[in-house]
Amino acid sequence: METKQAENTTQPQEIPKLTALVLEKFPGRVTARHTCLGDETITIPREGMLEVFAFLRDDKHCRFNLMVDLTAVDYLGLRETRFELVVHLKSLALGHRLRVKIPVPAEDPSVDSLINLWGAVDWYERECFDMYGLIFKNHPNLKRLILYDSFVGHPLRKDYPIHLQQPRVTLRPVRERYDYMCRVMKDPSETEQPPL
Amino acid sequence: MKPIMGQGEFVTTRLDSLINWSRKYSLFQYPFVTACCGMEYMASNASHYDQSRFGAEIPRFSPRQADVLWVVGTINHKIAPVLLRVYEQMAHPKWVISFGACASSGGFYQNYSVVQGIDRLIPVDVYIAGCPPRPEAVLDGIVALQNLIAERGPTGTSGKNPRQTKEVLTLSRQ
Repeated sequence: METKQAENTTQPQEIPKLTALVLEKFPGRVTARHTCLGDETITIPREGMLEVFAFLRDDKHCRFNLMVDLTAVDYLGLRETRFELVVHLKSLALGHRLRVKIPVPAEDPSVDSLINLWGAVDWYERECFDMYGLIFKNHPNLKRLILYDSFVGHPLRKDYPIHLQQPRVTLRPVRERYDYMCRVMKDPSETEQPPL
Repeated sequence: MKPIMGQGEFVTTRLDSLINWSRKYSLFQYPFVTACCGMEYMASNASHYDQSRFGAEIPRFSPRQADVLWVVGTINHKIAPVLLRVYEQMAHPKWVISFGACASSGGFYQNYSVVQGIDRLIPVDVYIAGCPPRPEAVLDGIVALQNLIAERGPTGTSGKNPRQTKEVLTLSRQ
């Protein structure tokens, strides 16, 4: 896997086009970068991220007029900065793509909303808030997109208990099958849990 | 029904049997379709497999007019109150068929969102196994439900076999 990655990644000394543009405009702002199969990725700090995104959208060499995807990753226990916001951009005019990553610490999981740059991020940011609990500052309607309002917590966070369910109606007891499942699965942590 | 034929003019039977016989051959269905099993439900309802041979033909999209609630697909906690309400709105006698792995047990979803089998919400009469079930298994399930109806008392709540969750596992024939 690593050798393959090395083949597909350009050598560190040659800076690809889009990364070079950002580096030229915002020196020292790109904290990490790589290129894979011709697509560039840059990591920028969340302070001043809106300037960078505005530049990417409006600069005549970038012209990223399409926000393709916005999501997050939870690196609990793997990295020092727990969350990472990932934004995929595409330029329909120039045909190139860019992936921008923004590390977000766990103690203050807030980032600036991109709603004033790309209107399409509205529901993406709401989903991201729903699943990961990232707070998007200045989002006009930051409430849960998919889950119900009575849900507590954010299920795609790595510390959300994997089998914890939050039913909205009282569930009927089906104890026999639950016991059977516990026996079959032979998972000691399961037997301690009350039936859902 | 075990009719004793007269001289071509009358039939004798028990009232229970007559009522149940008429019920089991006119099952109006309410399809509660939430996931990909719906395609298989449509396939088994279409002319190729022809569910109407068993008197279970017409879907009624009003719970007031339906006898059988088909729960077809994954039921998650967000939609669970809706399913419960639809079940409560149906008039007695009513039956429930759990169609496919997800409705019967949660399927391969064991996570924060999916109800681990609809029998945690409502009593189920027939479970149809499969992911998705073959139309033959669906027809088998209908026949299993018909047998269940024939066994029960006329109100569906009394009689020899009182209303209770009874597992009838149907398998597609090889």
